[in-house]
Amino acid sequence: MRVGLFVPCYVDQFYPNAAIATLSLLKKLGVDVYYPQNQTCCGQPMANSGYEHLTKNCNNLFIDNFAEFDYIVSPSGSCVLHVKDHLHDEKREADATGIRHKVYELVEFLTDVLKVEKITATFPFKVGLHQSCHGQRGLHLSSMTELVDQPFSKPMQLLNQVKGLKIIELTRPDECCGFGGTFCVAEEAVSAKMGKDRVDDHLMNGAEFITAADMSCLMHMEGILKRKNSKVKVLHIAEILNAE
Amino acid sequence: MSSIKHPELSDIFNKDEERVNWHDDTLWWIRAKRDKAAHGISEWELLRETASQIKNNVLSNLHNYLIEFEEKAQKNGIKVHWAANAEEHNKIVLSLLQGKGINQMVKSKSMLTEECHLNEYLESNGIDVIDSDLGERIVQLAKEPPSHIVLPCIHKKKEEIGQLFHEHLGTEAGISDPQVLTETARIHLRKTFLTRRSALTGVNFAVAETGEFVVCTNEGNADMGAHLADIHIACMGIEKLIPKKKHLSVFLRLLTRSATGQPITTYSSHFKKPRKGQEMHIVLVDNGRSVQLGREDFRNSLKCIRCGACMNTCPVYRRSGGHSYHNAIAGPIGAILAPNLDMKEYADLPFASTLCGSCTNVCPVKIDIHDQLYKWRQVIVKEGYTSSAKTVAMKVMDFTLSSPTRFKLAGKIGRWTLKHAPFTVNNRLNLWFKNREMPEAPEESFSEWYKRNNSI
Repeated sequence: MRVGLFVPCYVDQFYPNAAIATLSLLKKLGVDVYYPQNQTCCGQPMANSGYEHLTKNCNNLFIDNFAEFDYIVSPSGSCVLHVKDHLHDEKREADATGIRHKVYELVEFLTDVLKVEKITATFPFKVGLHQSCHGQRGLHLSSMTELVDQPFSKPMQLLNQVKGLKIIELTRPDECCGFGGTFCVAEEAVSAKMGKDRVDDHLMNGAEFITAADMSCLMHMEGILKRKNSKVKVLHIAEILNAE
Repeated sequence: MSSIKHPELSDIFNKDEERVNWHDDTLWWIRAKRDKAAHGISEWELLRETASQIKNNVLSNLHNYLIEFEEKAQKNGIKVHWAANAEEHNKIVLSLLQGKGINQMVKSKSMLTEECHLNEYLESNGIDVIDSDLGERIVQLAKEPPSHIVLPCIHKKKEEIGQLFHEHLGTEAGISDPQVLTETARIHLRKTFLTRRSALTGVNFAVAETGEFVVCTNEGNADMGAHLADIHIACMGIEKLIPKKKHLSVFLRLLTRSATGQPITTYSSHFKKPRKGQEMHIVLVDNGRSVQLGREDFRNSLKCIRCGACMNTCPVYRRSGGHSYHNAIAGPIGAILAPNLDMKEYADLPFASTLCGSCTNVCPVKIDIHDQLYKWRQVIVKEGYTSSAKTVAMKVMDFTLSSPTRFKLAGKIGRWTLKHAPFTVNNRLNLWFKNREMPEAPEESFSEWYKRNNSI
């Protein structure tokens, strides 16, 4: 089983540790993982801004880089959802369809494909889990408070295996953080207020770290935490699952 | 027409953070009540699916159901009118009133008449309109449009309502006790009900099979108005039809649980035929609906039963207020309905969302609201209703991201700038920086690290 590691553009540039943790976690679990070096971006920032027609080049590059793999794994629910929903190519539609079916967000790859039941990580802190909307409502990484459904959570299933880690309860367990791609600047006032409210929920409930399966939400919340001079840190879930 | 758009209107709303918190908490409380009501019904998801399929059937056969409804309603003694747009609708209502020599009308809640701006039209033609729904009456006194389709004055605090009542209804200054205020409104409206000869109501459901219609209220004001008036005019969008009476058993269970968390509205009133000596009219209004029906990606927005659940759950609506949508229908559903009416005026609304998807999950008729927001964005850009600055920025982004070399170079420059010339980024021109710190720039990107550690 050959796995291609898809590292979202902003993770590559600003959060290399999240990608390094993903890579070493996969290796630790015995996965034959490769990082295609010519990858850039899935095209989501343009598509969500209404410019999906400008994503042809990104789609093309994505297919060049990832068509050959059995699975494609990425530490971002949002980017994976974009690829799943919108990757197309007139000339290589079969390849595009193949990719849409074999692209996985890291957490679901661990729980559903590798069926990981034992994580050898230690993280003795109180952690707040932020449910990123695209991972949760898009990829169904966990049950959603709006739906009448059996409760489940794939990220929690993994975090519960980490030694010493204590999950804190949130007042609003799955409210959006307000990042939303270009929304964060186009609708600055609401975006920032949503971020503040989300961060406050974690702070009031005693989180020492905030984690998520999406770095973009965390980048937004980190910006707010730092502005508040808070000591609480954000960490991608891969960094916790890989913590020794 | 408003020229101030959602981002600016939200920015103004957010100047008073306390108020935003209050607004958010109030609506979240209603969302929580909705959750409790939904979770009390084990077959909730099946109910939603059933309602969705019934409405899909209605939309696919709308022409037949409309004819069937008209025929049955006429047989029942109801006069049926057809209005292609808001203007025709308003004219029909006015001519009905003028025909009877009536210059005063009592109205129960109808979002359709808000959409058609009926009140302004009638008032400019010498008809005095009194809204009888308490929330509607409050915003009418305040000379404001409703900010929510179910809770029209949810943006007003009880102290502000007390002040309005003091000014308009003569209550003592400083009174904000809801009991006293409601009693005052009750006495004031009672007089209105007794003296008005005409009543206008909305329609929640119109049954094709029987030609009857159902109006759902919590205050009984639609009944009070209609039962005492000589002429009852009911206005409805053409999408309000359901095929059979039995289908009400699905929709009435969903409507108020989704809207407010109540098991059912206090009054679900069925109107089938005029009482002796009374005239009953129905105005069937298109106003863009058949155009929307023809838009494949957006047609199922017409399934909407106006419960407002998508507003209560929307994290953006809760923090920007209904008026920030500058449209009769606010929130996520307003944002997918409005561009059909005027794409230029409402080009901002589909972007007033993070696409979090909570609206789609609470929708009792399973409208894929957040997917439609995404699709409207594509249409709006293609039709040229975005700023040229944004288009240039997106083209630059495409140019950068379509080449690994350019992407890596741009990343390097970006990180270097953040590290060595932070003042070029950390300033007022950068909207991110207004309330958030920029991410820290690492020494090397992941791809640089990978290259260093995995030389092939």
